[in-house]
Amino acid sequence: MNSLFPSVVSRSQSSGLMNFFVPIISIVLTLITGSIIFILLGFDPVYALYTFFISPISSTYGISELFVKATPLALIAIGLSYCFKNNIYNIGAEGQLTMGAIFGGGIGILFHDTNAFWLLPLMIFAGAIGGALWGLIPAILKTKFNTNEILTSLMLVYVALFILDYLVVGPWKDPFGYSFPKSRPFSESGRMPLLFDGLRVHFGLIITLFLIFVSWFIFSKTIFGFQLKVSGYSSKAARYAGFNQTTLVFFAFAICGAFAGIAGLAEVSGPIGLLYRDISPNYGFTAIIVAFLGRLHPIGIIFASLVIALTYLGAEDAQLFLQIPSAVGFIFQGLVLFYLLGAELLINYKLTYKKLL
Amino acid sequence: MNLDLILGILQIVLIATTPLVFAGIGELVTEKSGVLNLGVEGMMLVGAVSAFIILVITGSYFLAFFVSILSGIIMSGLFAFLVLFLMSNQIATGLALTIFGIGLSSMLGKQYIGTPIDGLSPWFFVIFSFLIVFLVSYFFYKTKAGLILRAVGESHNSAHALGYSVIKIRFLSILFGGSMCALAGSYISICYAPMWQEGMTAGRGWIALALVVFATWKPERVLIGAYIFGGVTILQMNLQALGLRFPGQFFSMAPYVATIIVLVLISSNKLRIKLSAPASLTIPFYKGR
Repeated sequence: MNSLFPSVVSRSQSSGLMNFFVPIISIVLTLITGSIIFILLGFDPVYALYTFFISPISSTYGISELFVKATPLALIAIGLSYCFKNNIYNIGAEGQLTMGAIFGGGIGILFHDTNAFWLLPLMIFAGAIGGALWGLIPAILKTKFNTNEILTSLMLVYVALFILDYLVVGPWKDPFGYSFPKSRPFSESGRMPLLFDGLRVHFGLIITLFLIFVSWFIFSKTIFGFQLKVSGYSSKAARYAGFNQTTLVFFAFAICGAFAGIAGLAEVSGPIGLLYRDISPNYGFTAIIVAFLGRLHPIGIIFASLVIALTYLGAEDAQLFLQIPSAVGFIFQGLVLFYLLGAELLINYKLTYKKLL
Repeated sequence: MNLDLILGILQIVLIATTPLVFAGIGELVTEKSGVLNLGVEGMMLVGAVSAFIILVITGSYFLAFFVSILSGIIMSGLFAFLVLFLMSNQIATGLALTIFGIGLSSMLGKQYIGTPIDGLSPWFFVIFSFLIVFLVSYFFYKTKAGLILRAVGESHNSAHALGYSVIKIRFLSILFGGSMCALAGSYISICYAPMWQEGMTAGRGWIALALVVFATWKPERVLIGAYIFGGVTILQMNLQALGLRFPGQFFSMAPYVATIIVLVLISSNKLRIKLSAPASLTIPFYKGR
């Protein structure tokens, strides 16, 4: 006779199969929990799930919107994976995104009446610099002053948001914008080119795919990627091998900040076209979920960004057609992360049924 | 400056700082047992909204606080299940709890935004916040149970070898932390504000986490840190109200910048952090090893 409850036994090697299945298991469990929530709210679960997950992407425009939302999520998530692989918990990507939008957008506002081919590249570059500089603050505080990066990077989000708020109601306010808290619109050449006529999906998607490819190359083919991985598994082993931990922390934060900054600039020069207060619906925080759901792997992150982008679109549709507050999207995001983290047990541990007799 | 003004400011500082003390001391107990719960902000929000909704529906302050604390226990119980039984990454699980809490609270509270309520006098809670800090301090340093809890946080393997149930002790510590965070949230929505607004805790949960580091994991110092922070917050509000020719946003960011500076000052002494942080913090306990 076997015992009723399984006992947990450590695996000697983490399971590659489970590494692949755990995200899928967690998405399925989230859908099941989601239908229970919809039933509790008094909706037909099939209709609600259809409204949430199918109808938003049943048109060409919907699919384009999915990519518009997935672009910043995937770009920030791949940046975060440089940090997370090395057990650096940068959770302030939202601030780095904001700073990228401020730096890049600032160039856009400065040259608001210039139309030149160099304007957009310059804005992208400035966005990357802005994000990287903001990311380097917690890196310096961590390496020089031993300060916990979780708290400093998060506090800097609030600081960045207040700086943006100051700029759009103060010095950068549109002189012709009545008294709305927004900047001048960027010139036409300061906008991300659209990929298809009439759809909002923009050149940022190409940049994102390119940077994901570059990151895949760095992670799997370079010594730097190897160092990140080793020091993530064991900082002692990394020190023994002579890897400079300080340099790794600096690079991880700078790259992550730069990617988040580019994502921020791509938002303001893409769908938005100017600077204002609410440039990001928490992309920087949600990207943390994308990074974990994609298991810090470039291909995984692409799929995860599409899944999480769908929760944004679904939440909008659910609010429109079912009058469910759009915050339900965050509930789904939180749930998927809960299930993922719980199911991760299966990667490093086995469940076995002990014989009682 | 006259005496009335000083007393008035002191009063506001006391009222504004109390939720930080609750959340900070709750998180401190959790961390002392060796578990880092980054879900403080989420638990505070769910605590705040559940207290508010119950108060609007039943009109009973007692029920409001009771249900709010229950919500904190459920939220932190979920976290405890994941990190203790499924050995999930504590940092990621805490973040998930915060994201989940933000979503849950704004969904539940949607139809209650702008609903007027009669606020409750904060003074009982202000006094209670001081009391709880000293009770926790007494518990840690004068009782055997407190010693065991600290031992679990320092070295779970040794505590386990001595026959103490690491999982049970951590579970209870996490639940205590959750109920304190929910109490902090309900204080904000019922005594301090009193109203419900999405994301109304405005980062206080994260400040509470910083307070624990500032306090170098010693209960009484949470009070000191909380009152420094509360003082800076009220000071910047008063300076803003004076209408100095300086943009308000720079005053508003002052508390966050101050937190960073204080964290840097405290943490730069590497030895102090190493000696005061619970040695098993964020390390999962696995019996089979």
